[in-house]
Amino acid sequence: MKKTSSETGRREMTGAEMVVQALKDNGVEHIFGYPGGAVLPIYDELFQQEAVQHILVRHEQGAGHAAEGYARSTGKPGVLLVTSGPGATNAVTPLQDALMDSIPLVMLSGQVPTPLIGSDAFQECDTVGITRPCTKHNWLVKDVNELAGILHEAFHVATTGRPGPVVVDIPKDVQFAKGIYTPPQTSPRTSYQPKVQGDMDKIKAAVELMKTAKRPVIYSGGGVVNSGREASQLLRELVDLTGFPITSTLMGLGAYPASGKNWLGMLGMHGTYEANMAMHDCDVMVCIGARFDDRITGRLNAFSPGSKKIHIDIDPSSINKNVRADVGILGDVGHVLEDMVRLWRATAKTDKSVLHPWWEQIEKWRARDSLAYTSNKDVIMPQYAIQRLYELTKKKNVYITTEVGQHQMWAAQHFHFDEPNRWMTSGGLGTMGYGLPAALGVQIAHPDALVIDIAGDASVQMTIQEMSTAVQYDAPIKIFILNNQYMGMVRQWQQLLHGNRLSHSYTEAMPDFVMLAKAYGGHGIRCDKPDELDDAIQEMIDVKKPVIFDCRVAALANCFPMIPSGKAHNEMLLPDEATDEAVANAIDAKGRELV
Amino acid sequence: MNAQLQPTGSAYFISNETQVRESHTLSVLVDNEPGVLARVIGLFSGRAYNIDSLTVSETEHEKHLSRITIVTSGTPHVLEQIKHQLERIVPVHRVVDLTVRARELGHDRPIERELALVKVAGTGDDRVEALRLAEAFRASVIDANTEHFIFEITGRVSKIEQFIAIMRPLGLVEICRTGVASMNRGPQGM
Repeated sequence: MKKTSSETGRREMTGAEMVVQALKDNGVEHIFGYPGGAVLPIYDELFQQEAVQHILVRHEQGAGHAAEGYARSTGKPGVLLVTSGPGATNAVTPLQDALMDSIPLVMLSGQVPTPLIGSDAFQECDTVGITRPCTKHNWLVKDVNELAGILHEAFHVATTGRPGPVVVDIPKDVQFAKGIYTPPQTSPRTSYQPKVQGDMDKIKAAVELMKTAKRPVIYSGGGVVNSGREASQLLRELVDLTGFPITSTLMGLGAYPASGKNWLGMLGMHGTYEANMAMHDCDVMVCIGARFDDRITGRLNAFSPGSKKIHIDIDPSSINKNVRADVGILGDVGHVLEDMVRLWRATAKTDKSVLHPWWEQIEKWRARDSLAYTSNKDVIMPQYAIQRLYELTKKKNVYITTEVGQHQMWAAQHFHFDEPNRWMTSGGLGTMGYGLPAALGVQIAHPDALVIDIAGDASVQMTIQEMSTAVQYDAPIKIFILNNQYMGMVRQWQQLLHGNRLSHSYTEAMPDFVMLAKAYGGHGIRCDKPDELDDAIQEMIDVKKPVIFDCRVAALANCFPMIPSGKAHNEMLLPDEATDEAVANAIDAKGRELV
Repeated sequence: MNAQLQPTGSAYFISNETQVRESHTLSVLVDNEPGVLARVIGLFSGRAYNIDSLTVSETEHEKHLSRITIVTSGTPHVLEQIKHQLERIVPVHRVVDLTVRARELGHDRPIERELALVKVAGTGDDRVEALRLAEAFRASVIDANTEHFIFEITGRVSKIEQFIAIMRPLGLVEICRTGVASMNRGPQGM
């Protein structure tokens, strides 16, 4: 953060000037937004400066997801600016998305002038009321002299502890009013003091437990990515030192490299057989920055029945929420891992032979090749498309975002990540329409990188309008659509749960994606032949503008392996066992009630 | 498939449904700022926790601190979650489970008091009986004319419930209760 002396001091300015000054003082270079009546004073200030670049989206949801992609790929907070009423309500989905995936977002919203609040004024809504449950914290600023302090606090709250979205709602009269600007202060409020350092006794207890393990597994999550690159490095050290096998949640992919020798692949509902079996049969589980989500655990009362569980998390409410931890360590995973690695080095012996039988067992599970699929030389299999995309881009500076559905799971299974912050996906909320604007945000942060949104034909249409933004800002994002004409995951569940009655999961009037790309001023590619796929992907990489790639894939492919709802980790449905009959009967009456 | 069914260990909450629900009193110290009560209440409704009683007032004006007292019920696991979820709210300074604390201090439960205003209207024997019973409960008369009394009664929740039940057939008109105020015995603060 560069500051001149005149910028650091207290001085009088308007509320709108304060907003821009606070953005600069908090190191913000890009914001995503959409103007409207209640934020015009702030837009007027943005117009008169160049330090903060504004990206004009086409819908406020797009601004939110773009800010999420920006944040996730840089580790910095994402910032969005929206107007009152519909501007704010349109941003609710990304706020909840960021809350569930712990993404630092700062949303600034305009509000009707203070005297009009509560009068049902034009474009008025109770923004702080609506966003209260979908933010980490929010503020309505009624006094211009409090504005600067609140803005700085908003950045502090969003980025520290368990990161999350915050909202600062600023009435229009406060934007015009003059007051005293105060620079960011080091003393945050006393009621908000996130604990980052782990309890040493508990870390010792955890290391002691890990030393006794014969069948250990490390299960890491998005918290490792959020904690920063140091944490990923320490995780890798811990895995090397201990020789433990490691799996990760959807959110944590890349923290430990997929090319690493201890990698089991992703776990959970569509995780690998070896990862889920290792979770089920382990004797010591080390959960690092993950939260035992229902997609991970399967049936809770059959989840890893024989193991002692160590859980490291920065959020005290995550520990003992779904699964009881034998050793719960509250703290930032980066700090805790540092202590853990040091303790292990100091006290543990390096002989890893005790783990040999466990690794032999894991290799047997791995030999089941649970991600296998039947290849086809006439039709592009979706898994094949991802594999080719990976092979042709892995040596490049590549970032991947996804929408939500089958394509997302196939991407997680078949695209491999060796670094954190390279994989942006909507995990907790499962927001269709996340990937395209997120890719835009990533591309703004990394102009020279190859940014690909692995998309589905249904999801991508939810925020397709942001193609226009990508064209406007020369953001050459690649929208790689696995087009099977279905809402594939919905269709798969209808096959599993509802007698294959495909109620409203088929899109009869699909746009011509190639012409759509051209209409937006981008480049369109269509491919439906496996032997033409590589050339088409290469064309997509080479074109220096936004691309929509309509990859026509097998329409009725299912995403396996799968832990059907209400089942345990060792009751996975594997691709070679998933006959139509097995699929139809995979979920019992009780499982049907689950999501 | 490898179905290695071992007896389940201590790790789960399988027994959750059969765990006994307990009533606990929580004290929540918060910054007295706009929306803080909405945050607390929204947490309870959003996560389907119970509120049996809620009392809130600013307690330290110069520090802008308010104390919220919540009587809630749930299994021990849910009660632990409630405490942690409350602690996540940014303007929340401290959450103390007074019921747990009381047990640690060797007491059965924390001190809990509630105040109620009870209006009873009537004449004749019922009126005499109401006044006689109010004296027995140490309720004081704070307003009266020839046709009604307003009683002020303070005490444990059970005492107030009992007083109201007794007044019901004697011409009960209106009740206003404050909710529970609570703290633990002994010299230590919360």
